Order: sequence, then structure tokens, then C-alpha cells
Amino acid sequence: MNGKLRSLWHKLFGDSVRSFGVVSIVFLLSLAIAPAKNFFSEWRHYQHGYLKMVRNRSDANTLQRHFQGGIQQIWLPELGVVDRCTSCHVGLKEVSLADVAAQPYRTHPVIPHKLDQFGCVVCHRGQGAATTVTEAHNSTLAWEQPILPAKYIESSCGQCHRGPLPGTPVLNQGRKMLARYGCVNCHTIKLPDGSVMKATDDPPSLSHIADKTTREWIYAWLKDPQAYASTATMPNFKLSDDDARDMSAFLIANSTPATGDTIAVSAKPSSDPAAGTSLYGESFCASCHAVQNAAGNIVGGEVGPELTKVGSKLKPEWLQGWLRNPRVYDARTAMPHYRFNDQQVATLAEFLKAKTDSDLLANVHLDPATPEQIAHGKRLVSDYGCASCHEIVGIKKPENFAPELSRIGSKAVTQLIFLPSMQHTLPDYIAGKIKQPRAFAAGLRMPQYTFSTSQIDALTTALLSLNERSTTLPPSLAVPVAPESNYQPAGKAGKLMTDMACFSCHRINGHGGEMAPDLTWEGSSVQRDWLVQFFKNPGTLRPALIRRMPRFNVTDGEADELADYIMTVYQNPAIDRDSMPLSGYPQGQIELGKQLFYGKHSCQGCHIVDVKQDKGYIGPTLTQVGSRLTAAWIYQWMKNPQSLRPGTIEPNRAMSDEDARALTAFLITQKGGGKQEVAKK
Amino acid sequence: MKRYAVLIVGVAMLATSCSRKSESAPVPKPTAFGAAIVESSGGKQIAQTGSLLPQPVVVQVNDDQGTAVPGALVAFSAASGVTFDPANGLTDSSGQMTTNVSLGGVAGRYQLTAFIFDKSHKRVELKLEEIALGYQQTLGRGLNDQYCERCHNPESTPERVSNYDNLEVKPHPFSEGETLNKMSDADLTAIITNGGPALQKSALMPAWGNTLSKSDVQALIAYIRAVSDPPSQNAGPIYTQSSGPR
Repeated sequence: MNGKLRSLWHKLFGDSVRSFGVVSIVFLLSLAIAPAKNFFSEWRHYQHGYLKMVRNRSDANTLQRHFQGGIQQIWLPELGVVDRCTSCHVGLKEVSLADVAAQPYRTHPVIPHKLDQFGCVVCHRGQGAATTVTEAHNSTLAWEQPILPAKYIESSCGQCHRGPLPGTPVLNQGRKMLARYGCVNCHTIKLPDGSVMKATDDPPSLSHIADKTTREWIYAWLKDPQAYASTATMPNFKLSDDDARDMSAFLIANSTPATGDTIAVSAKPSSDPAAGTSLYGESFCASCHAVQNAAGNIVGGEVGPELTKVGSKLKPEWLQGWLRNPRVYDARTAMPHYRFNDQQVATLAEFLKAKTDSDLLANVHLDPATPEQIAHGKRLVSDYGCASCHEIVGIKKPENFAPELSRIGSKAVTQLIFLPSMQHTLPDYIAGKIKQPRAFAAGLRMPQYTFSTSQIDALTTALLSLNERSTTLPPSLAVPVAPESNYQPAGKAGKLMTDMACFSCHRINGHGGEMAPDLTWEGSSVQRDWLVQFFKNPGTLRPALIRRMPRFNVTDGEADELADYIMTVYQNPAIDRDSMPLSGYPQGQIELGKQLFYGKHSCQGCHIVDVKQDKGYIGPTLTQVGSRLTAAWIYQWMKNPQSLRPGTIEPNRAMSDEDARALTAFLITQKGGGKQEVAKK
Repeated sequence: MKRYAVLIVGVAMLATSCSRKSESAPVPKPTAFGAAIVESSGGKQIAQTGSLLPQPVVVQVNDDQGTAVPGALVAFSAASGVTFDPANGLTDSSGQMTTNVSLGGVAGRYQLTAFIFDKSHKRVELKLEEIALGYQQTLGRGLNDQYCERCHNPESTPERVSNYDNLEVKPHPFSEGETLNKMSDADLTAIITNGGPALQKSALMPAWGNTLSKSDVQALIAYIRAVSDPPSQNAGPIYTQSSGPR
């Protein structure tokens, strides 16, 4: 062995010429490594593949002319982008390659941005500067950032676009959920514009909870909120029996009576057994509250809490007080003050009391609380941060209760602790945390939500959009969102509108709900007499709608007050209500309008004027439109409906003046004449 | 020699312990064999790229008499990027196997294959198709929901009653490929922008050219092409296991 080595050494380095030759060859070979690596590089392989694929296509000439060999780069200093992705993704800008299935050659799908302006990693993450597939796409030791999975791609839109976009439903949903499910009550989210994300859920105050419900119900609710209502916002804190016992003891002991909300109604409920059901229906409670039906489906609105088992929760006196005037117990509630008479209150209370679940509290037996238990309960209520969401007398809202999430989308993977079976990526970590928060370590306090996979994906998308780039974006690129206005109507009418919670459903001057029509220009739109009648007896304008305006039992004085305010204040500056008469149009013009309605513009596709022949179900029924709307409004609506109600689906027909006038003349003659509106299908 | 063996084993152990990939669940052992596999539900669904289909895919295994077979092994495969949860499993007591499917990251049609092996170890396949919408088609779907759906979709929901039955001239549902695939993009653009009369069709179809932007109309057409049945030529390739996006 030794001898062989020695003779080899002698052969190679025996004299100076030999050793010079060997060293030179080694030197040259080592010099050749770099060009060879370059020659055999992945991107060159993909570029060859591209040219080979292109050769057989009918548009080969154009594609070959566009092709540029070598490493390609998009350099955008202000975004910190150095993207070489187009070295392999050669066909990204070739529209004709949309039919190619094999990557990396397919054309980029249509998006509103240009590749050259934003590069690739701004949206897709990954390492733009890398020139091999592994380094560019995957997370390696030297590179932190893997490619963002497609299901989270909308998070990248959210880096610049701070408001909802029509093309990003997942991001929009996720952002809404962060506010709606109270995430931001515990986790601070500072938005890039300096504001703080506000919660939109409405957790009730617990300061007077003993008026409203029993300790047994609180215990059952704390143990499993979804057992009471599957749609409950409150998550499950996975409390032990003892902890739930002590917390319920504290909440009851801590509660102080609210003034004036539990005066029992002396009136008896209506003797008609169906009265409760019909009052519930007539009052359109279902527009806001859901109930689980016999088939197990949750039917109804999401503004108020689900009422399936409400009878097992509420104390009868409290329920009556609430139905009589909810604002006595909670001044800020979204629930309107219905002005029910005492018999109606009793009837509706009895109807709701019957919605019980005998299993819910069957196994809850609590002994009277001891002072130690109450004290322990108080500690738990502080520890679990209950006061982050709920107002509780004597307990301050904790600050910075949970980690801030303002830049969670850039958190380094090295700072994260993963579960054993998890992929080591940031999106998987975030989704995993939302899915099973308590699994990550012992003693964690984040509660268990019951989100579906797509809801978790939406939340993860929204959280990924909160990252380093979104906070350090050049201001010119940020697309801000108009802040929600805090418009409040003034005076006596304003008080009435607050009392009836108009803003829970209607929007005025950028403030309020979206269930019902925007009333910002209502004063230009409707005739006063119709408005007064509508307050007293609201009917439906659209045959196909199931959610409607309830009747609030307003007095004549209140109806006048509201009508005066609306007619005076909510006027569109572009419309002079009195500029066009409500009658007296020439017969010829009316006739022309009718022809246009049924012929050229075929309005009967969506609207009904003649109940015998028209069937349109989409727009409002127009049989009485002449008694409802002003002529000036109809005319302006014909000319440009979106200028009056942005986003309305009435198509803008760019109608000529003559057509608009004729249609106005025809429609204003539709006064109803005592005929019934079309019956519901 | 022994030393090398120890070294190799050591390196192999190190390599496996460093690998982050979670081990896939072992394939269960079938207790029965079917002869045919049929779709119960879950085909032709629409989801955004990369995301979960709204409903799970359910297939049923039958024997040669057409009776459901519990305990048969079903496996799913598709173009890379498509994930199944679970990717294989035994049929339940009613002979069905349910899986949640996430589509790939590129917009288009994905062909899913569910397969079983019968008694003689012959492979029996069932092919399903699902649709993944990209940005433009998603935009189009939003516009469809807002402006088109209630006349063009005969199916109604409690929230949005369909107007289809009320119209004298019936609109074409957007999945009606037989008709819509014959219309060029230019024709569709003309009818959406200028209304039915632009192509000598009913005036019940209004002109949307002043309400929708040009890119809105393009997005709508991209959506119509994406959901068409049979598939439109203009919607790009169909991704199968062998010809998927890599």
C-alpha cells in the first residue's frame, strides 16, 4: 500500500516539470468549475426546454423573437425587489401561452398589475435573487422565505390595499373575521396607516348579568358556548368544572342590578296560541336573529344572537323588560325599541320562553358559592382576560393581553415553535395556532374557536398581509381605505332614529349597516305622504326579499317628526325635488314612456307595473311608484342610477333626455289606485 | 468493511432524522374488493386556486351486482398541487369514501382520479372534474353574483329568488357550454356591453357597457369560460395527473 502511494507520488511530482504540469492541470480544472456550473445550471436547462417547446407552435417566430437568453432580472430598488424568476419562468408575459400546462412556461394569469412594476416576490414571496428552483421556492438554511401557497395569495394584495377589493374575497372575509370574532380585543393590530383595528363584535356587559340569567346557565355557557348556540361568537376556553363553577359564582356575586329593567308586565299574553309566532314574524325578528329549524338549519340574520334555546337562558322579568325597551338595559344595543304594548310584550316573551332545551341545564347542579370560590373566580376572570371583551364591574380591561399581531406576517420561522407533525412554514404555523391554540404548549390561554377550514384559511390570509412590507411600503403605493364615518343625526329625530336603531340596518352618510337601503338621499327620493304611511305600516317594495323593515308602532307625532327631518336633511344637492311635477304630463309622452318601458328598455324583466302581465322579481314593484317617488328622482335615476346609489345593479343606460322624461311621465302615473301590491309568490 | 456499514447506517439515520416531511399515513388494508366506483357527490365544484372545495368529494364502491361494498380501498390522485385529505381510505358501512380536496395553485380544470383494484387486481378508475378560479375569474364570479346570477341561474336560494322563470325569453345559464362555447369573446363582449339587441336577441338583456368597465366584462367572460360545461376551448388546458402544472 505504502509502496504504491510512493510510486504514484513519484510519477506525478518526481521532477519539477512533472509537478508543474500536474499543478497547472489542477489549476485549469478548478478554473473551469465556474463556467461548467454555469453551463449546467437549472435556468439554462429550463430555457432550453422552453425553446424546444416553442419550436413546434404556430406562433414560434414571435415567441422566439421575444425570447432573451441568460439570467433575467427585475430590479425595483424602492420595493427591495431583485427578482430573477423570469430566468426560468420564460413565458410569463406571453399571452398566447395560456394553453400550456407545463410549468415554468405558462403565461401569468391576468392580474391588474404589470410584472415589471412589482416583480414576483412582492406577491408570491420566495427568494427573488436565487437562480435554482430549491433556493427560490423553498425555505433553506440560508433563505427564510418560501413561496406562498396559492390559497393565501390574496394576503399579498392586502399589503398595499387596505380596504376590501372585489377580486379578493378571501382576504376581505379574513379581515372582517379578525374584527367580527373579537380577535383584536386581545391581540392589538396596528394598521400601517397608524390606526388600530377595531372589533365589530358586540360582547355584552357582564356588570348586571344576574338580572338577565342564572348562574347555572353561565356555568353551562362557560363550559361550552356552542352547546347553547352553534353560532355563538364566544369561543370555548376549555375550563375545568371547578373553574367554571368559580367563575360563574364570581360573575353572579359581582353583578349589580341595572335600574328599571325588570319591572314585570301585568298584562296577560294573548289567548291566541299562534299570536306569539305571528308577532315574531310580523316584527321581522328573523331579519336579525336566527333560529335552528326542525331540519337542523340555522335560519335568520346574524345581527343579533341566535334564539334557538333562549328560553333556557333568560329570566322572564328581564326578557319582558328587554322587549319593552332594550335601551334601558343596554344603551348601545343594535336592537330597536319596538314600542310594543304590554300585551305584545307578554305574548312575545311567552313565545320566546318556550324556546328551551331541557338537556342544556339538566346536569348542572351548583351548591351556593363560598367566598373562596368567588375570590378564585375573580382571579380566573382576570387571568383569562374576560374583561378584554366584556365590561365587568371592578375588573379593568387588560392592556397588551395577548401578543401584538401587527407584523405577524413577517415573523421569522426560527422564532416559532411547531407541533411535531407540522410543515415548518409561517402560514402553517398561523393556521395551526388558530385551529388548535392550546396544543402548542401547556398553560396557554387562547380559546378554542370552531372555525371551518376555509375560515381558518381566510384568517391566515388576513394575518399574513400584516407584515414588514405592508408597514414599510412607500406611501405612494399604499391604497388607503376611507375611514368609517361616525355620522349621527341631530335633534329629536336623531334621538328617535337611535332609539329605533335605524343604523343597525340602514346606512346614512357612510355610517350604519348594509342590510337595508342607504337613506343618504331619501329626502330627494320619496314623497312625504308615502314616507309617513311607510313608518306606520311598512310594506315590502321588493317581492323577492325575505328580510324586511319591522313595524315600530310609532305615534303620529313621531312619524311626522321623522318624515320632516328626512325630507329636509337627506337631500341630494343635484336634485331639486320640486323641479318636476307629480302629475299633468301629456298623454303622448306617457304613451311613449310605456312603449320604452316594455320595448326598448324592457324594464319588465326586473320590475312590475301591471300585476297581470309583468313578472320581474328583482327591482322594486312599481305599481305605486307614482305615489312613492318624486319625479325629479325618477328622472335622475334614469339618467344615472349609480350617481344616486353607488353599486346599485340597475344598469346605467346612458338614456337620452327624451327617453328619461317619457319614462318619468309613464312611471309617475302609476299611483296604485287602491290596487293591492303583487302577492308574494 | 464493517466500519463503512456503520458509517452508512449512521448517515442514513441522520438523513431521516433531519427530514422535516411528515410521514404519510400507512395505506389501510382492504377487507373487501369492489368491481365499480361511482361518484356520489362533489364533482364539478368551483373553488379559488389552491383552496378547499366547498363540499367534500364522495365516491361509492359497488360490486358487480351494483351493491355498495364496505371496506374497499379507494385512492385518489390528481395533478401535483392538488391535495386530498385523506388521499386513500376504506369505504364506510354504506360503501362510501369521503375526502376533502384542495385544488392546485394554477387556475383551470383539474381532473381527479379515484381508483380501486378489483378482485383480480385490475385497476378501476373514476374521473371527476373540478374548477379552480384564478384572480380574473374570481373577479368575474363576484360580478356574476351581483349582476347576472338572478336571471341567468335558474336555481334559486332563499336569500336570492331566481328571476329566471319570470322571463319570457330564457337567459342562458353560464354553464351552458353547448351554446356559449359557440360564441366568440367578441360576441359575448358585444352582448354584455350593448345588450341583447346588439346580436338580434331579446331586449330583456340590458346593456351593461355604462355600468361595467371593459376589464369587468373581460373578467365576466373569463368566468363564463371557466364554468362552461362541456369545457370551453378558451379556458386553457385540463390538468390531469400526467399533464399537470409542476
